[in-house]
Amino acid sequence: MPFFGFRGGVHPDYNKGATSGKPIEVMPVKEGALYGVPLAQHIGAPAKPLVAKNQEVKAGELIGQAAGFISANIHAPVSGRVVALQSLPHPVSGKTAGIIIEASGEQDEILPVNVSEKFQETVLNAGIVGLGGATFPSNVKLSPPKKVDTLLLNGAECEPYLTCDHRLMLEKTEEIIKGADLIRRALNIENLIIGIEENKADALEAFGKFASSYKFELVPLEVKYPQGGEKQLIKACLNRTVPEGMLPLEVGVIVHNVGTCLAVYDAVENKKPLIERVVTVTGAVKEPKNLLVRVGTPVQDIIDYCGGFLGEPRKVVMGGPMMGFALSNLDVPMMKGTSGILVFREEDLPDLKQCNCIRCGRCVDVCPMGLIPSVMDRFVVREMYESLADWHVMNCIECGCCSYDCPSRRNLAGGFKTSKREVMKVLKAREAEKNG
Amino acid sequence: MTAAILTMLSTGFVAGLGLMIASKKFHVEKDPRIEQVGNLLPAANCGGCGFPGCAALAESIVQGKSAPNACPVLGAESAKEIAALLGLELGSNVKKVARVRCKGGRTEAPEKYDYYGPKDCHSVNMLAGGNKLCSYGCLGEGSCVKACGFDAMYMDENRLPVIIEEKCTSCGMCVKACPRSIITIIEQDKPFVVACMSKDKGGDVKKACSVGCIGCKLCAKNCPVTAIQVDNFLAVIDPDICINCGKCEEVCPTKAIKKF
Ligand code: SF4
Ligand code: SF4
Ligand code: SF4
Ligand code: SF4
Repeated sequence: MPFFGFRGGVHPDYNKGATSGKPIEVMPVKEGALYGVPLAQHIGAPAKPLVAKNQEVKAGELIGQAAGFISANIHAPVSGRVVALQSLPHPVSGKTAGIIIEASGEQDEILPVNVSEKFQETVLNAGIVGLGGATFPSNVKLSPPKKVDTLLLNGAECEPYLTCDHRLMLEKTEEIIKGADLIRRALNIENLIIGIEENKADALEAFGKFASSYKFELVPLEVKYPQGGEKQLIKACLNRTVPEGMLPLEVGVIVHNVGTCLAVYDAVENKKPLIERVVTVTGAVKEPKNLLVRVGTPVQDIIDYCGGFLGEPRKVVMGGPMMGFALSNLDVPMMKGTSGILVFREEDLPDLKQCNCIRCGRCVDVCPMGLIPSVMDRFVVREMYESLADWHVMNCIECGCCSYDCPSRRNLAGGFKTSKREVMKVLKAREAEKNG
Repeated sequence: MTAAILTMLSTGFVAGLGLMIASKKFHVEKDPRIEQVGNLLPAANCGGCGFPGCAALAESIVQGKSAPNACPVLGAESAKEIAALLGLELGSNVKKVARVRCKGGRTEAPEKYDYYGPKDCHSVNMLAGGNKLCSYGCLGEGSCVKACGFDAMYMDENRLPVIIEEKCTSCGMCVKACPRSIITIIEQDKPFVVACMSKDKGGDVKKACSVGCIGCKLCAKNCPVTAIQVDNFLAVIDPDICINCGKCEEVCPTKAIKKF
């Protein structure tokens, strides 16, 4: 299989050594602990709560019903009693509606999901969303309105520090392939391609053993960030370019994260709903770990389980260091899309003082989407949202390459991310004008 | 050489003639009052009236589609002149100003994280609902000040916007710029305003800000003309009823009511 690569990108320090050799450890459910389950852990409409205060729930019980076409089911992560329906801290929106469950002593049973005739329905019932971080409801992605010829499995894990997908690929190799195979057969897709970054030689080898029996192509990917970006991966493996503002579907491809395939396998074969996931806890914690954690566990509890902070924490990030969110509160619960919890001390952090742009053009070189971050930044600073829209800021994938490489430490990607809501308003107004 | 000059001259003459005929033939009669009204407008082209510029509003006023005092920037005198020009009656015209309904600056309202992003309120508002514990209060990055086209605003040391009422023309650009709708436009002769937007319960407000409205209803009970309504733990004064007695400011335990 030829490898085509993609334009731009950066080579940050990977810092995966602390956890890449550590097998996945199960974080036990603690009796009496509170689990705060947000009703919006996915892109789309928040789920509708189905439980009342003081109600007893079993692990795996449906407590939030998908509301609308793009939405996902939410299951009780633990058995216990609902103590409150109240707002929970959220890393992005600040607050989100949620259900708080107090875990009981009895945790052996997990209620099975309804496995239906229709594959997509099972996926919906199990509450599966994209586990790479985007958390797009998987049943929607798996109901393509167009012919798809290739299923691309994303095992790049190009974000520094994170090793949760790497460990899954080593420990659950066959299950992941079986999950992908289920998707391939259900959707009648001819080609299955699995892309894994070259720095995970052991994972490549593990998958290589199954390549002939399951008939898929294994593509070793160049080690470069953002190799795991959906559009970058498609370009790199298939040399197809997803048109502006379109989905991969447009070029006949569906991309799934390896963790999502495992969740699909677990749902169909083991009738297990999505109530836990693997998260990499690393950085300035006493014992960095890859942990299998129930959704709803507060970040503080997870850090405590890893021996607590090492030194004085300055910044705690949920997700990877390039695209994750800094937390303002350690009561934020673990969510379906949380792939990492990273702790940084003052001395781990770079100098954040911004200087003026020196027009060196490095941001332009590294932007994998072919944008001009230096110019867009000036529009962000002046709040010129019309111009931002004209310079295609909506195409920005928020990968952070530009900010990473800027010698003046301009806050480029951050500004694009936060300006998008205003730009959306501009685009909507233009659309309305066009349609009279 | 001479031929070239002659060709140039004759081409110019023919084109000029054509233009002259066209301007006579296709002449559109324009209401002269549009220009007169336009001359009375401030020519700031601020957009506060909702039209693309002063000329567009002038046309609309002459056509009777907008009131003579539709320009929020215009002083009462000029509005009267426009009305007189068009032979129209004009109601009373108290100057309106913009007022900031938040007192929680850096010293009163604690922050929940350090913010390094672009200096604009929309951006900080996007990140975990703003960097203040209070999710209703002023974010302090000054988007309103940037939007003001009349130099009538500045940010004070406490990172709160201040409006210079003499310069404020009530064009409403700051109101539009604020992602938290903190600024309101009211008549200048109504100085008492509840300077808080928080709909949180009293206890939560106290945690987030030392000068927030806790919804205790003391002001409502003490107002002689019942001008104050408390809904969702937030007091609101109805300026149409208020008689400017100042009782509410006196009794408010957190000093959330402010006299401008
Ligand atoms: S990398 Fe930074 S300094 Fe260089 S052009 Fe881009 S914004 Fe300017
Ligand atoms: S964050 Fe956006 S602008 Fe910056 S490099 Fe990535 S895609 Fe390009
Ligand atoms: S009043 Fe609104 S726009 Fe002005 S600084 Fe405060 S939050 Fe920003
Ligand atoms: S100033 Fe007097 S009349 Fe006005 S709201 Fe306060 S108490 Fe009522």
